[in-house]
Amino acid sequence: MKCGVVIFPGSNCDEDMVQVLEAQGGGPVERLWHKEHDLRGCDLVVLPGGFSYGDYLRSGAIARFSPILQEVAAHAERGGLVLGVCNGFQVLCEAGLLPGALLHNGGQRFICRNVHITPATKRTALTSAIARKVLTIPIAHGEGRYHIDAAGLKRLKDGDQVLFRYCDAEGNVHEEANPNGSMDHIAGVCNEGRNVFGMMPHPERAADALLGNTDGMALFTGLLKAVAV
Amino acid sequence: MKTYKASIDVMPHDNLLDPQGKAVSGAMPNLGLPEITGVRIGKHITLRLEAKDRKTAEAKVDEACRKLLANLIMEKYSFSVEEQA
Amino acid sequence: MATTTIDPDTAPAGVETARKLGLLPEEFERIQVILGRTPNFNELSIYSAMWSEHCSYKNSIRLLKTLPRTGPKLLAEAGQENAGLVDIGDGWACAFKIESHNHPSAIEPYQGAATGVGGINRDIFTMGARPIAQLNSLRFGDIATEARSRWHMRGVVKGIGDYGNAFGVPVLGGEVYFDPCYTTNPLVNAMSVGIVRTDRVISATSHGAGNPVFIVGSATGKDGIHGASFASKDITESSMEDLPAVQVGDPFMEKLLLEASLELAGTDAIIGMQDMGAAGITCSTSEMSAKGGTGMDIHLDRVPTRQDGMRAWEILLSESQERMLVVVKKGREAEVKAIFDKWDLNCVEIGTVTEAAPMPGASAGKGGMLRYFMHGRVVATMPAESLVLGGGAPVYERAVKEPAYFAENRRFNGAEVPEPDDLRAVAYDLLASPNIASKRWVYEQYDTMVRTNNMSTNAPSDAGLVLLRDTGRALAVTVDCNGRYVHADPRKGTMIAVCEAARNIACSGGDPCGVTNCLNFGNPYDPEVYWQFSEAIAGMGEACRALGTPVTGGNVSFYNQTVNADSTVPVFPTPTIGMVGVLNDAGKRMGLGFRSKGELIYLLGRSTDDIACSEYLVRHHGIRRSPAPYFDLEEETRLHTMLLMLIRSGVLSAAHDVSDGGLWVTLVEMGLVNGLGFDIVTDSEVRADAFLFGEGQGRAVVAVNEDQENAFLDLMRASRVPFILLGHVTKAKLVVDDQPFGTIADARKAYEEAIPAIMRRP
Repeated sequence: MKCGVVIFPGSNCDEDMVQVLEAQGGGPVERLWHKEHDLRGCDLVVLPGGFSYGDYLRSGAIARFSPILQEVAAHAERGGLVLGVCNGFQVLCEAGLLPGALLHNGGQRFICRNVHITPATKRTALTSAIARKVLTIPIAHGEGRYHIDAAGLKRLKDGDQVLFRYCDAEGNVHEEANPNGSMDHIAGVCNEGRNVFGMMPHPERAADALLGNTDGMALFTGLLKAVAV
Repeated sequence: MKTYKASIDVMPHDNLLDPQGKAVSGAMPNLGLPEITGVRIGKHITLRLEAKDRKTAEAKVDEACRKLLANLIMEKYSFSVEEQA
Repeated sequence: MATTTIDPDTAPAGVETARKLGLLPEEFERIQVILGRTPNFNELSIYSAMWSEHCSYKNSIRLLKTLPRTGPKLLAEAGQENAGLVDIGDGWACAFKIESHNHPSAIEPYQGAATGVGGINRDIFTMGARPIAQLNSLRFGDIATEARSRWHMRGVVKGIGDYGNAFGVPVLGGEVYFDPCYTTNPLVNAMSVGIVRTDRVISATSHGAGNPVFIVGSATGKDGIHGASFASKDITESSMEDLPAVQVGDPFMEKLLLEASLELAGTDAIIGMQDMGAAGITCSTSEMSAKGGTGMDIHLDRVPTRQDGMRAWEILLSESQERMLVVVKKGREAEVKAIFDKWDLNCVEIGTVTEAAPMPGASAGKGGMLRYFMHGRVVATMPAESLVLGGGAPVYERAVKEPAYFAENRRFNGAEVPEPDDLRAVAYDLLASPNIASKRWVYEQYDTMVRTNNMSTNAPSDAGLVLLRDTGRALAVTVDCNGRYVHADPRKGTMIAVCEAARNIACSGGDPCGVTNCLNFGNPYDPEVYWQFSEAIAGMGEACRALGTPVTGGNVSFYNQTVNADSTVPVFPTPTIGMVGVLNDAGKRMGLGFRSKGELIYLLGRSTDDIACSEYLVRHHGIRRSPAPYFDLEEETRLHTMLLMLIRSGVLSAAHDVSDGGLWVTLVEMGLVNGLGFDIVTDSEVRADAFLFGEGQGRAVVAVNEDQENAFLDLMRASRVPFILLGHVTKAKLVVDDQPFGTIADARKAYEEAIPAIMRRP
């Protein structure tokens, strides 16, 4: 089992992700530089948060053309596990590895705060180990409003591909609990093959008792269990 | 009164750094297009307005550009106005 | 008339040109003496930039030198390096500094604030330190009445957010105040805190003749050279159009520069490095050379430029962002270039270090000579030492005059102010005052959690707490200044600012260890402004000496004022204090929120009848003239010591200092964290409005679990700190002297909705 974190110019949550993966038993984590053509045998590849290439033009739009992304796409094609968090999610959508797109937040402002999310499926490596109905996980993004066309949304729902929805502290999904105006309150999705995951909230920011929030740990537990076998 | 449609381009001033354009220029070799350089990125805006003649329409659009659509400290603008059937 | 082939920029220039460049006639004389000849336009431009207030501190340095600048934990004295450097144990040092970007933000709030954030972070990572926390201190006009102030606030907050969020350093604290004096001149002060291994600190120095000098980072454009351009002889309409009116920040470039610089710091291939801020290449080449006592030959035509046809002085003075000057050890060039190549950054050799050699005929020629070339021809030359602060730069002391308002303030008699009939109405109105109300609208636009080191997200504390994972320690960071107090009494008000910062750090469980300051004042040539400045410095020195917190550096910003048709009104004198403290055990941190129903609530410190200078007095009674609030330096330091002892003994469950809005606001803020209320009684010896809303200093509220009460009381009785039992924590109800004051949900509504409601207006 081996984990790797991709580093684009402008990534800034890469070290946070490495630290949490290692603390959760993910072994020494490979740092995969964007100019490389080799995933160095990683079973789980994580695209971290940040502002790859400054997020200029559109978030994630330039990163998708970096050399490493070709390897990530091939890895996903082979059924390998890929997780994109925040900017990583945006890159995966721009690259066509996940359906949909992330638009400017409804309020047109960057938002950083703890939000509540509720898992929408148990049938993925990412969500399999979550025991609770509601998790408190922070978001930090300006472009996180999930958007997909009507047919795409139907396919997502029919395929049980919605990972998380924004909700209130009791787990109720409604407009006031949706921080960015995402369609159908979607906070994260997976592909049809159920091996590529994307989510706007940052589980790596909720995985340390010293920081007072460990709700994100269960996501890593599930992922690491899946690559351990 | 007639209805006009305006097409407006708002661009960063030539002398100003355009970080966005620079980053996009830098990505062109990754797409196999190294011959593309000098990218600068602005905004294209379209709008409709009612006015008694073209001259008035142009004056209104110009005012909107100066007051809101462009930040003249950083941006320049140009526009065309055409009458709609 | 015959055309001349002489380059106007290298022909001798006169006193009139010097005047246009902002140099005084006596300063022009001084330059002639230094050079032993008449300077040319390039040289005059260089002196005018380096001897400007901004670079030379000529009107402030004499007073700044009276501040305590040494301490056992200080690794660099004030002014020695780009930022202060404090030993925080286990082989680590903390580099920190605060800086203003007021005037650029007044014109273009978004880019002004963004480039301010960029500049202060470069000051930190140019030392080899990785920034781990940012703070900011903002002042705007009255957003409730002024559309311009809302425009300032929207732009500044978005600018700080967009730049800092992309750069990837969390915002750990800050403050925002509103007052009409800041309407045309907002204040934007940004602070950055970084950490570095003590053996990896990079110095801003240069030595070793023959060592190559590199410029790295962004290309150079005609940014920030308006002053010199107006004075330039061949100024034309089109050449002015060619000048960018604002500087644009590129946080992406800054992030790459950060990573490349820190990789560079991991090698031993370089002699020194300095970022380029004001006066760009001029400032970095002269300061590094002066520090190392050497000279430099710089070939300006080799500098990568963004605009065509730039002249020597334009390249010399350009303030384009995201650039650094690096002196590399000869033979190690390839290693350095490889690092910048990896990050796709410019890295161009533009010159070499030269030996110390006094200039013939020059009088102030110690150290080395700077020689700037354009296509092989010298276009400017002067002794490096003659340009810099502490060297040849002029030093002035200005006249002072006590302003008339100061005596007027002292005539204020609080006893004449009537007590309001409905304390509850006043209490709720205070919560909705923009100066008191929640600043969530602001701080939620900043990434406060990137780098996963913010210990105050899920358990708020008076100072921001930054976890240092490698050592198990934490840093406590804060910025504080109540400009209204400083205006009322500059000496006492500044002491209060220092003490409030230290109190915030103590309430969080940290030992204060150093101060950085950002001194925002009006025109120093106005004797009343200079009186405020000198009084403030005196107060700061006294408080810092009492607390044992040396001043490690900072920044002075003069000329903050509103110019009206018939008068010039300076802003409140605002000496913002940035303070850093250390917690040796991150687990021993203290939060400000009540944790559970039934906890006992105690007030530590002296209660007085004082309502002077309070938000209550200004907002409810409309009285803007009063002295600074009650303050006693000795009581204050005793309180801090006591707070730390209580926290470390483990007897407290919460601690929060009493500041703006008084005790009432303190209690509400403690309740909001976990949605708990309080039931308290006021002190019958003190008038109720002063007890609840007065801003007398030297007080903190603590919550004590019942099973710790005896231990708490034992410690308190052995101390000289006065204390009283206020009451207890309730499930949600707020009760004062048996009168219902609503619930914590009511208070939350008033407190949280005030600023968003105002900011919805255009």
